[in-house]
Amino acid sequence: MAQAEDIILIGGSAGSYGVIVNMLESIPAKISSAIIVIIHRNAKYPTQMEKSLTLKLKRPILSAEDKVTIEGNNIYFASPGYHLLVEPDHTFSLDISDPVNFSRPSIDVLFESAAEVYTTRCTALLLSGANNDGAYGIKRVEFFGGTSIIQDPNDALINTMPNSAITTSSKANVLKNKEIINYFCSIK
Amino acid sequence: MVKLKEPVHITFEELDDVVYLLKKVADYDLSGYSKSSLKRRVQRLMAMESMDLIDLKNAILNVNGFFGYFIQEITVNVTEMFRDPPFYQELRNAVFPYLQTYPQLRVWSAGCATGEEAYSLSILLQEEKLLNRSFIYGTDISQQAINTAKKGVYTVEKIKSYTENYNRVGMNSKFSDHYTAMYDAVIINNEYRNSILFSNHNLVSDNVFNEFQLICCRNVLIYFDKELQQRVLNVFYESLSLFGFLCLGTKESLYRQEMNANFKVINKSLNIYQKIK
Ligand SMILES: C[S@@+](CC[C@H](N)C(=O)[O-])C[C@H]1O[C@@H](n2cnc3c(N)ncnc32)[C@H](O)[C@@H]1O
Repeated sequence: MAQAEDIILIGGSAGSYGVIVNMLESIPAKISSAIIVIIHRNAKYPTQMEKSLTLKLKRPILSAEDKVTIEGNNIYFASPGYHLLVEPDHTFSLDISDPVNFSRPSIDVLFESAAEVYTTRCTALLLSGANNDGAYGIKRVEFFGGTSIIQDPNDALINTMPNSAITTSSKANVLKNKEIINYFCSIK
Repeated sequence: MVKLKEPVHITFEELDDVVYLLKKVADYDLSGYSKSSLKRRVQRLMAMESMDLIDLKNAILNVNGFFGYFIQEITVNVTEMFRDPPFYQELRNAVFPYLQTYPQLRVWSAGCATGEEAYSLSILLQEEKLLNRSFIYGTDISQQAINTAKKGVYTVEKIKSYTENYNRVGMNSKFSDHYTAMYDAVIINNEYRNSILFSNHNLVSDNVFNEFQLICCRNVLIYFDKELQQRVLNVFYESLSLFGFLCLGTKESLYRQEMNANFKVINKSLNIYQKIK
């Protein structure tokens, strides 16, 4: 596939895994956007998340690797232990600097750098979580003209993260789980 | 931890201007660094110092000693002793048996930050009775980091988390056998400090300075773009003796590099390679 023109970012923490699986299950078989997922998880205890999702979804779930071009139709997961950033030439880069909001990878770091590179062609979704990561990132996505979506706190298992982002966002779409899934059914 | 003030933002074009200026006035070339993380670091420094772009350029041009401070702050020196315990296990199991055959060993920890990696290597070499014939070079671009490395003094708080790593490697000795506790810090034992030479070396511009049987360069290449990665890998290739080993970070693979035909994979997920031609 060619370099992706559009990207969809998904950021989640505690309580977000289930809805992320549902979202990924509902996307069309072929899309031209790239999807980048970042979930907080502990780097010291490796999970097989990418592997098991690849089996479950019957499509490859890739780790976002350093200096690899972001391609359409691909679903990338941020590796635990490293911040994930997007370069102006539409490749990934990794960074092991201090955690942000106690998180590495931090949703803010990814959202902010992707927002600046993809501007209006960046869509960011923020889901359930027990901290404040992502709120600033959502703001930056909006600043650069991208689209922001926040999970309705009533639908989130843990609503701290969506609530905090809603407070600082200027124009986010707050969507129910059903609406989020509908959105994913129709992405291009 | 330094508390950040209001976030500062610059554009990629403005970042390029700063990089250009540094090249001109200080002959430091940061043009091969990953742009997004470099930009983050420059913005962080500007926020810390409450500087705008004009202040920053002015400081680079006119303020004595600012340049060293700039390098110190834009580099990411985050490190640990025995970071990635499985890596050290594999080093001991798959690489050290081979090193046993050499009468003399030279080891290079490139981009060693504040020295933790070099000390870890020396402790592991000691455990396998290799230290008395080894000499370790620890190098970094940040003079500040090198100064800390030379001291071999780490806070008790850090040592706590390093102990967790150490215990996961599964060594015969206790971690506390290798340092002496002081008040709220520890100092790494003399035998280790004497086995390492820490010095300033810039992977962007400096060249081969010795021949090594083992080179560790972990979590440094991620800060470089493809071309610079290639340059640095070439320096490593030329610095390794035939059948010497190259160890990269867990997210730094030779797989997509032109260089990979010259190396054999010892461990794919831990990125340990052996030079074979
Ligand atoms: C994240 S630390 C890695 C420390 C250690 N190797 C580890 O994995 O824990 C990256 C180091 O690379 C150093 N570095 C960055 N650019 C460099 C260059 N051009 N030459 C040498 N070292 C460099 C930085 O100063 C920093 O200390």
